[in-house]
Amino acid sequence: MNDREILLDVQGLKMHFPTGRSILSKNRGFIYAVDGVDFQIRKGETLGLVGESGCGKSTTVRAVAQLYKPTEGHVTLKGQDLTTMSAHDLLAARKNMQMVFQDPYASLNPRMTSGDIIAEPMRIFQQRGLLDMGVQERNERVEHLMERVGLSRFFKNRYPHEFSGGQRQRIGIARALALQPELMLCDEPVSALDVSIQSQILNLFKDLQAEFGLTYLFIAHDLAVIQYISDRVAVMYLGLIIEISGAKDLYKKPLHPYTQALLSAAPIPDPKVEAQRKRIILSGDVPSPDKQRPGCYFYDRCWKRMDVCKAKRPQLKEVDEGHQVACFLYHKPE
Amino acid sequence: MTDDLILQVKNLRTYFTVDEGLVKAVDGVSFDLRKGETLGIVGESGSGKSVTNLSIINLIPSPPGKIVGGEVVFHGKDILKMSPNEIRHLRGNKVSMIFQDPMTSLNPFLKVSTQMIETIVLHQGLDKKAAKEKAIEMLKLAGIPAPEKRIDQYPHQFSGGMRQRVMIAMGLSCNPEILIADEPTSALDVTIQAQILELIQELTRKLGTAVILITHSLGVVAGMCDTLCVMYAGRIIERGKTDEVFEKPLHPYTQGLIHSVPRLDRENKERLYSIQGQPPNVIDLPDCCPFYPRCEKAMDICKKKYPASVGLGNGRAVSCWLYSEGNK
Repeated sequence: MNDREILLDVQGLKMHFPTGRSILSKNRGFIYAVDGVDFQIRKGETLGLVGESGCGKSTTVRAVAQLYKPTEGHVTLKGQDLTTMSAHDLLAARKNMQMVFQDPYASLNPRMTSGDIIAEPMRIFQQRGLLDMGVQERNERVEHLMERVGLSRFFKNRYPHEFSGGQRQRIGIARALALQPELMLCDEPVSALDVSIQSQILNLFKDLQAEFGLTYLFIAHDLAVIQYISDRVAVMYLGLIIEISGAKDLYKKPLHPYTQALLSAAPIPDPKVEAQRKRIILSGDVPSPDKQRPGCYFYDRCWKRMDVCKAKRPQLKEVDEGHQVACFLYHKPE
Repeated sequence: MTDDLILQVKNLRTYFTVDEGLVKAVDGVSFDLRKGETLGIVGESGSGKSVTNLSIINLIPSPPGKIVGGEVVFHGKDILKMSPNEIRHLRGNKVSMIFQDPMTSLNPFLKVSTQMIETIVLHQGLDKKAAKEKAIEMLKLAGIPAPEKRIDQYPHQFSGGMRQRVMIAMGLSCNPEILIADEPTSALDVTIQAQILELIQELTRKLGTAVILITHSLGVVAGMCDTLCVMYAGRIIERGKTDEVFEKPLHPYTQGLIHSVPRLDRENKERLYSIQGQPPNVIDLPDCCPFYPRCEKAMDICKKKYPASVGLGNGRAVSCWLYSEGNK
């Protein structure tokens, strides 16, 4: 997969949100939601992003999609830097980058029929002169998309509330596919679904990838889901990527103490395996990302911490082929 | 073994009347709970797991809900026939409950101390000072650092995991015999979930409390529960010892459920198994097997009649025509 072209290149991405209480106060605080993230995704690849709530995975995806204007850094899609584009160019570039959201209840307009929802991206691009497609053709495409994601075309006049959660997520996926994007940004698309529906949707994502050669940036907090869907996995903690590697490698040989704890904490649906597992139980909660620290962000909860970790922050470095980790256990501080 | 029996649920039925018709949210659920046992109830949204447990302590909002039949026998007495006064002495005392979202189940206007002391004073007859000491002791057991200070804080000053610890401390403060935990970790992160599950396991073992754990996560059940009930459309379709059910699931739904979860400890490179179709609409459900439209092994009889529960010994039972005598 290494010989394929790089589709998305994210360099030094930072997203800080101001938190001042008063407009007059000068010393406004910040939430450092994403604080310097680099990664690349090659064409046809799935990069999984895992981490706990508040680690910045959703913010990362939204900043990549330019739904937030990043504080710093560059997001390059097919060689074009999205952060410096005009609004019109950005809209055109978004044709190649579509998003699927977590909550299939909140992300579909309740007053539009499913057919209109799926047609909307095409309609907007048509209005702005970025797409040339007749009404007839558009309708056919909507029907085709509905069938492709496993919905009957006869449902196109129904409203979102007439569908179940899994079916709504299929509508969301069809809408994202409408413009034939190359990159799909998926923000926890299966987290709100029941187990039996979750596996249907995961399989659908895999089938679509095989059929259309799609590239996914896929967020989930369920590690087993991420392992199933991803080629490579990036683990985030407090706004930073702390480990990134091939999915197989990461699960077999997690390096960062946080990754090790995360993997050991995830329950496995097999009582025999569970009875023999040794858990690494982390103490404490994830700290608030309201300040930048000089040392390693995981220092307070780490059971392998050293003195150097408090003073210096480890950078993401390759320690094995394709396996990068930000931890002083594996590379000496400079 | 029968002496240890503390709770028997027999043919419990709870229906809700809504505009569209009758919802049989719980339709003939039976199970036993023994001292110190951890019983898991798994099922998907709308399968009736939460309604089952609200029915056990008679907390069903009526209207629209109504417990239309069955018995919940706690130490030889039917909870459903108790007077409001009697049942008030039971709830929070002998049977206590923790919920999914600790933010909505704690009162945001009251200090944690007020809420904890109230329960202890009411049920244990201690004075306020002694109750506060007891509350602090419970918070300490639940792993809250500096409990003397934190007890006088408000719920919003606690993180999600800490709030759930407060709920657990509160739930266990009167030494209940049964702790009902309704999705206690679903709102929490993985590492926090591991902390909380370990805490529940450790404390209930120490205090000899029986636990009914409601969850949609098979992983949580596998790690926590001795016995397991699988619910679908308001009924228990399979139950048994957790190891046995996981090793040899009998009902096609249980089989599908177990196989459709990706597993961390395996390389899931082949396609995931998935159960076809959608969960049933539970309004005006006909008297057939509710799983038959999605079942790969469906037979003619499945469309006509609901299969009775077949006992297979050792607490194992399944409701499926594949295992019923004379199904041919």
